[in-house]
Amino acid sequence: MPKSVLYTVETRKKLTHDTYELNLSGDTSAITKPGQFVNILLDGLFLRRPLSVCDWDDGTLRLIFKVVGDGTRQLAKVRPGDTLDTLTGLGNGYTLTGRAPILIGGGVGIPPMYALAKAYLRKCVLPRIFLGFRSPDDAFYIDEFRELGCETAAAYGSTLVTDLIRDRQPAYDHYCACGPEPMLKAVAKMCRGVGELSFEARMGCGFGACVGCTCRTLTGNKRICVEGPVMRSDEIDWEAL
Amino acid sequence: MDTKITLSGLTLDNPIIPASGTFGFGREFAAFYDLDILGSFCLKGTTREPRYGNPLPRIAECPSGMLNAVGLQNPGVDAVIEQELPEVAKIFRKPVIANISGFSIDEYAEVAAKFDACAQVGILEINISCPNVHAGGMAFGTDPKSAFEVTQAVKKVTRKPVYMKLSPNTADIARVAKACEDAGADGISLINTLLGMRLDLRKRRPLLANVTGGLSGPAVFPIAVRMVCQVARAVRVPIIGMGGVSCARDVIELMMAGATAVEVGAANLRDPYACPKIIEALPDVMREYQIEKLSDIIGCAVKE
Repeated sequence: MPKSVLYTVETRKKLTHDTYELNLSGDTSAITKPGQFVNILLDGLFLRRPLSVCDWDDGTLRLIFKVVGDGTRQLAKVRPGDTLDTLTGLGNGYTLTGRAPILIGGGVGIPPMYALAKAYLRKCVLPRIFLGFRSPDDAFYIDEFRELGCETAAAYGSTLVTDLIRDRQPAYDHYCACGPEPMLKAVAKMCRGVGELSFEARMGCGFGACVGCTCRTLTGNKRICVEGPVMRSDEIDWEAL
Repeated sequence: MDTKITLSGLTLDNPIIPASGTFGFGREFAAFYDLDILGSFCLKGTTREPRYGNPLPRIAECPSGMLNAVGLQNPGVDAVIEQELPEVAKIFRKPVIANISGFSIDEYAEVAAKFDACAQVGILEINISCPNVHAGGMAFGTDPKSAFEVTQAVKKVTRKPVYMKLSPNTADIARVAKACEDAGADGISLINTLLGMRLDLRKRRPLLANVTGGLSGPAVFPIAVRMVCQVARAVRVPIIGMGGVSCARDVIELMMAGATAVEVGAANLRDPYACPKIIEALPDVMREYQIEKLSDIIGCAVKE
């Protein structure tokens, strides 16, 4: 169930030249699964900006974002003590399927993989991590994943995250991915079995009212903000996207 | 403080009505608040057949507003009546407003006839103003003659009050409103969104897959005030005013311009609590402007 929460900025950290980490405090009770997102109201912008949850616990929330436009530019300038009007606990999240999952993140699709890795670890399941970055300068969180105890590999530039997986030949029974659509498509094409993919969309409300982000799938119309952002790889109609 | 208003015999506790297409069938908002505080609410625009609408992206940010090119996604009238209305009944105990779209005069009449049989539906709002479909939709609402024909066809098949929802994308909205009134419309709803467009500078292409979309939000509020006023001077039937309403003061302003009730649209998407906040603020704002009875101010500013 979504909830409206006023979060307080505790810390802001620059991770790369254009990627930031925010740690917020406030009610996180609406967030129940890794892969969910929040939707933040910013000054001078009409629509909220959706951001995936990187990590959370009772009373704190971590977000990682890349500066891509007016909303994220403003978010990159918040200071400790600032408050953020936020709708939280949005979207469906990952199902934590499998005993030997691989988690695949590309660019700003990496943050939700962090909470997902921790959630698997709490179930005593050790996921393997595959990350894709545009360049070494764009890399973040490789050490954080390793500190969790996860074997973590990173690909840069023209080497794709799918090349990395093909190369390492990991044994896996499930996969979860978040990243740009071409990456999701390549991952779904290459990986065995049914995986979970997280999609991005321009959203109106983020809580299902406007149907602005509804996509066609093989199992019917789905609102990316409610029935997604995580979808099964076998329900995606790649032609209709 | 009396916030009651009456639309064609239907008395609402207050004039606040979430607008069609910004409120789904109410479910998403029932997670945030008790919908019974609303005057009424407008159901998602409904067509004869189920529709997916336009491809993504269909939403874009704008200065003080947004573009949408959803394109009338809805499950079709039969599913709305059989599946959605019983669900609505569980979360809203007052009459709702059904919003109807069509691609032919026959389709409008057929969908209206089906809603006519639903006791839950208090008013039919006939959308002849959707800018996001390529046939029908807005085409019926920009020309007085076709607006007349749609109104007449719908009036023939229903005993419920019929409110024609008009487009601002026309040279003379008062003439279209008058044509609807002449054809027997019980009221007029306005304004639908204004046709707009944004570009994706990186891709050097239109941002919306549909190329154009409907502009809503505070950016359009002054246009709504002007057009409600123009229509109020042209017709005697009640007006449901809308377009960029985001606070209780906007409600007062649209009512003074001639609206009997006010729909709130894009504001619901930005803040799910937009309507309860407006309803809560109304008595204080009424006091501020020495308004005892809200219905007293309808059209007070535009009487010639």
